[in-house]
Amino acid sequence: MLIKQYEEKIFKVIMICAAMIILGLLLYIIGTVFYKGLPALTLDMVTKLPGGGFYLGKEGGVLNAIVGSLYIISGSLVISLFISVPLVMYINFYLPPKSIFASIIRFSLDILFGVPSIVYGAFGFALMVYLGMRASLIGGIITVAMLIMPLMMRSLDEVTRLLSRDLPYALLSLGATKYEMIKVILRQLMPGLITAVLLAVGRGIGDAATVLFTAGYTDNIPASLNQPAATLPLSIFFQLGSPVEEVQNRAYASAIILTVIILILSFSARYFSSKFSKNKI
Amino acid sequence: MIITNQRLESFVNSPVMEMNEKIQLKKLASKQSIRVENLDVYIEEQHILKDINLTIPEKSITCIIGPSGCGKSTFLKTLNRMHDETPEVKIKGKVYVDDENIYSPGVNVIDTRKKMGLLAQRPCPLPMSIFDNVAYGPRIHGLKKRKAINQTVIQYLQYVGLWDEVRGRIRSSATRLSIGQQQRLCLARGLAIEPEYILGDEATSSLDPISTKIIEELFVKLKEKYTIILVTHTLRQARRIADHIVFMYLGKIIESGPTEEFFKNPKKQLTREYLSGSFS
Repeated sequence: MLIKQYEEKIFKVIMICAAMIILGLLLYIIGTVFYKGLPALTLDMVTKLPGGGFYLGKEGGVLNAIVGSLYIISGSLVISLFISVPLVMYINFYLPPKSIFASIIRFSLDILFGVPSIVYGAFGFALMVYLGMRASLIGGIITVAMLIMPLMMRSLDEVTRLLSRDLPYALLSLGATKYEMIKVILRQLMPGLITAVLLAVGRGIGDAATVLFTAGYTDNIPASLNQPAATLPLSIFFQLGSPVEEVQNRAYASAIILTVIILILSFSARYFSSKFSKNKI
Repeated sequence: MIITNQRLESFVNSPVMEMNEKIQLKKLASKQSIRVENLDVYIEEQHILKDINLTIPEKSITCIIGPSGCGKSTFLKTLNRMHDETPEVKIKGKVYVDDENIYSPGVNVIDTRKKMGLLAQRPCPLPMSIFDNVAYGPRIHGLKKRKAINQTVIQYLQYVGLWDEVRGRIRSSATRLSIGQQQRLCLARGLAIEPEYILGDEATSSLDPISTKIIEELFVKLKEKYTIILVTHTLRQARRIADHIVFMYLGKIIESGPTEEFFKNPKKQLTREYLSGSFS
């Protein structure tokens, strides 16, 4: 009996330690970023474009990167939602449960999910060279869409598979067509869809390698899809690479901005998700 | 689209509504018939239903009884073509509903399902409000006028005895109802598409005794207008409410007949054994 008690205690300690390590890591990262970045975080950082000599410590902000990042992530979200939702609905509700085609798609998504982002960047770049395009906002949007789509599809697919079969059955027996059925099912899946979008945003907005060659970098806000766009991860990268300490600290301030953007997106998504899914089963 | 509870309330108390209650529910086709001929159902290589021949008497309750795995639910699903969704299932034979073989090519599966109101084992409210749950069927089948939708919803909620319990929270989520209320809501939702037949797949097996009693009483009330086919696990329930009994065993119909006769004078040895509880 005694041995069981020890087992119980040891495992409890291990679990608590694991939780503490994760929490500590998170606090350490956020702490460092805030400690170094907060003093450099001025209103100018979020409202001004980088002035001449910004990377040498002169005045300016990272508005170009903030706007560029938001443009790229929203564009790629739209593209990937329009492809992910139909695909997931198709493999779950139109193909038979044991469909080989569906397994092939799921397997491909798993592989795509594991592809490093620099490979997407290189692929996007090669594609753009082939099409005769230059580094541009649209190039960044498409490449980031490619990066986040597998993640979005796979997480939406997981929640869809967990959905009880009673709901589609009930809808069909009422004489609903499959399209009508899917409209109701999507309401039920709303929290899962929001989670999928958040995961995708988290991966897409923070990635530097995909946009390095495809979106390029600029000190201005892009006025059209064909112009290059700056992004926060690249902005952080360039500022960190500066020998001037002041600029390095601004990199941390930019990191705070990126973190806060992600937090705002998460909280608002959670808020709307609970609003939309009040009738969830 | 959204109307307030107050407006709904005033609508209920309006003369239109009183008139309507007198008009009763939709007039249904005077002749209802389900006739099954030489029906065989295979799931993958398994022969699930074997040569089923059956005529369901109209405007009465027919209970299908039998041990688990005898094919009762599979049979029920052949009546509203739910097997269409599972390609492994192969169906041979003919099922005539209102003298039309629902498995002949060219038959619209939506029309067939519209004729069959299904009450499933577990209530599954749609992820929307109580009102929208009942309004869903009529809406997808083309009812657009707000007044007509209100009327339908209230009428069927009243019919299943749920209206007085939910009238103050008609816009709140259907999932907040108790499970017994949910099952009645599902019944109202099924009735709102104005079916001719009601299929119940162990519709009371997840309910408490009181809710079960309410649902059973509703079935008895409904048989004046609808032909009802119930799959049930409990012999006592079949005895209480059925007019006709069909006993199935291993995918075959062993015996069928009027309830009284079936329970008092079972003709087959297997039926006697089942009724006496030798196997279940």
